[in-house]
Amino acid sequence: MTACAVSTKNTSTLDLNQAWQVHPQVSIRPEPFGALLYHFGTRKLSFLKDRRLLEIVQVLSDYPTARQACDVIGVTETELPQFQRALATLRDSQMLIEVSV
Amino acid sequence: MSQSPQNTIPAEEAVLEADTLVEEVSIDGMCGVY
Amino acid sequence: MTLLEAPGAPSTKPARLVDLFEFGLDSPICLTWELTYACNLSCVHCLSSSGRRDPRELSTEECKAVIDELERMQVFYVNIGGGEPTVRSDFWEILDYATEHHVGVKFSTNGVKITPERAAQLAANDYLDIQISLDGATAEVNDYVRGPGSYATAIKAMENLQAAGMENFKLSVVCTRYNIPQLDEFKAIADKYGAQLRLTRLRPSGRGADTWDDLHPLPEQQRELYDWLIANGDGVLTGDSFFHLSAFGEALPGLNLCGAGRVVCLIDPVGDVYACPFAIHDDFLAGNVRQPGGFAHVWRQSELFQELRKPQSGGACTSCQFFDTCKGGCMAAKFFTGLPLDGPDPECVQGYGEELLKAAKGKEKSAPKPSGDHSHRTSPPRPREGMGPVQLTLTRREDLQRPPVNDCEPNPLAGFAAQLASEQESAS
Repeated sequence: MTACAVSTKNTSTLDLNQAWQVHPQVSIRPEPFGALLYHFGTRKLSFLKDRRLLEIVQVLSDYPTARQACDVIGVTETELPQFQRALATLRDSQMLIEVSV
Repeated sequence: MSQSPQNTIPAEEAVLEADTLVEEVSIDGMCGVY
Repeated sequence: MTLLEAPGAPSTKPARLVDLFEFGLDSPICLTWELTYACNLSCVHCLSSSGRRDPRELSTEECKAVIDELERMQVFYVNIGGGEPTVRSDFWEILDYATEHHVGVKFSTNGVKITPERAAQLAANDYLDIQISLDGATAEVNDYVRGPGSYATAIKAMENLQAAGMENFKLSVVCTRYNIPQLDEFKAIADKYGAQLRLTRLRPSGRGADTWDDLHPLPEQQRELYDWLIANGDGVLTGDSFFHLSAFGEALPGLNLCGAGRVVCLIDPVGDVYACPFAIHDDFLAGNVRQPGGFAHVWRQSELFQELRKPQSGGACTSCQFFDTCKGGCMAAKFFTGLPLDGPDPECVQGYGEELLKAAKGKEKSAPKPSGDHSHRTSPPRPREGMGPVQLTLTRREDLQRPPVNDCEPNPLAGFAAQLASEQESAS
C-alpha cells in the first residue's frame, strides 16, 4: 500500500446488483470533506473524499442493491464506475461486507 | 483545489490517484502518536 | 465526467488527503494520553522525562470525564502511555471504561505488570491493544538505554502475552545508533512472540535532548534504516515517524504528515494538552482539559492549534524537490535542537540540517529545554521494596497526665474538666 511506482491495484469489480452493508466493527465519522471510517478489527482507516460516497455508505443496507443506493443519492451513469471502484476498495479492506441472505 | 505536482509518480498513476474517492492508512500511520 | 476540468468549472477532483488534513479536523483521529509521570524505569531518552508522579495528576473521575469527551467526539483510538501507565492503581479500571465507551485503546508499557493473569484479560478484549517497549535486541544494547533488568521484563511480558493467546501485539523500538544494526534480530523477536514490529524515530525530546548526541542515528544509518523498511516494511509499523526519510526517494507508508494539532495531540498526566508528545514545552501547550469546555474546547478553539492548522511556511525547504513528502520533517526535532521551524530537520537526509547545526554551534543561543522534569532524583530509581526497617524509638508522651479520652466515651465532659484544671493551674 505504498505510494510508489508499483502497478495499479487490481481490485475485482464490485457487483452493484448485490446487497451490501457496513461491517459491524466499523465506526463512521462524517467530515466536511466526506468521512472517516475506522475498522476496530483491522485497525485500518479509510478516508472517503466525497460526501455522496458517505451518504451511499450510510444508506447501503436500506436498499436491495448497491446500484439503487447510488441512484437514490444522485450518482449519474457516467460517475457510477468511479463510485463502484470506491465501494470495491472498501470491500477489499472489509469495511463493507455482503449481506448474507 | 489544484493538485500539487507529483514528482515521483508517472502520469497514468497521477490520474488514477486523482480518481480515487477512497484513501486508506493504518491507524498507526499518523505522526505524533507513540 | 473528465478529470481535466476547464478553468473556472467546478472541480470534481478529490484533493490529496494530506492537503485536507493540513487544515485540521473537528476531532482528532487518535491521540496520545500520558496517564502518569510515574515510572519504575529511568530510560535515558524518555520523551516525557518521567520517573516521579506529579501530585496534580488527573483523578480517576477526571480520566473518565476525558473518556466521555473522546467518545462524544468520536475519537477512534487513544494510545495510553506515560511514564509507565500500569503503575496507576486505577489503570485497569480506566482501560475498561474506555473500551466500554467506544474508544479503542493501545497502551505502551515496559511490561512490568503484564502477569499471566493480566495477559489473559488483555487477550480477551477486542478493543485493546498493547505495545511493549524494547530498544535493543540484546540485553546489552537494550539495558544501556532502559536500565538493568528491563530487557528481561519486556521478554517476560511478551512470553506471557503469547501464552495467553494475545495475537499481534506490538513490539515498539526507538531506533538509535546502537540498535539499527539489529533490525533483523528485532524482526525475529517479534515473529517469535507473534507480535508486530514497530520501529519509531528518536526525537531530542525530554531526556532525549541530553542523550541525543550519543544516541541519534548517523547519516549512513538513516539510509540503512530506510533501505530496510523498503525491503522489509510490509507489516512493520512506523507510526509515520520517518516521513523525513521519504527524501531518499520513495515515500514510506503512512500519511507522511506532521499530525501535531491537526489530527493528533497529547493529553499529559495533569491534563495539559500539547500538540505532540515529543513537544512538551510551553510553546506547544494549547490548554488544559480542566478548563471550561474541556478537551473539546482546547482541540477546536485553542490559539495554538488554530495556528498550526493554517498553511505552514516551508521557508528554506520549499525549494527542495522532496518538500512535498518530507514537509521539512519533524517540528519537535527542529525545536529541541534549536533550529528554526521553517527550515530543515536536524536529520535532513540531504544534509541541510547538519549544515545549519554546524553554523549555529558556537553562537550564543542554546536549544530550548523541555518544560518540566519528572525524572527520578536517584539513579537508578530507589526500589520500593527492600528499603530496610524504618528506624523508630517508642516512648510515652510525658505531657499527658492520663491517657487520651476513648472515642466511645459517652460522657461529653470526659477529660474536659481535667484539661481545664491544668490550664487554670498553668495560667495562675
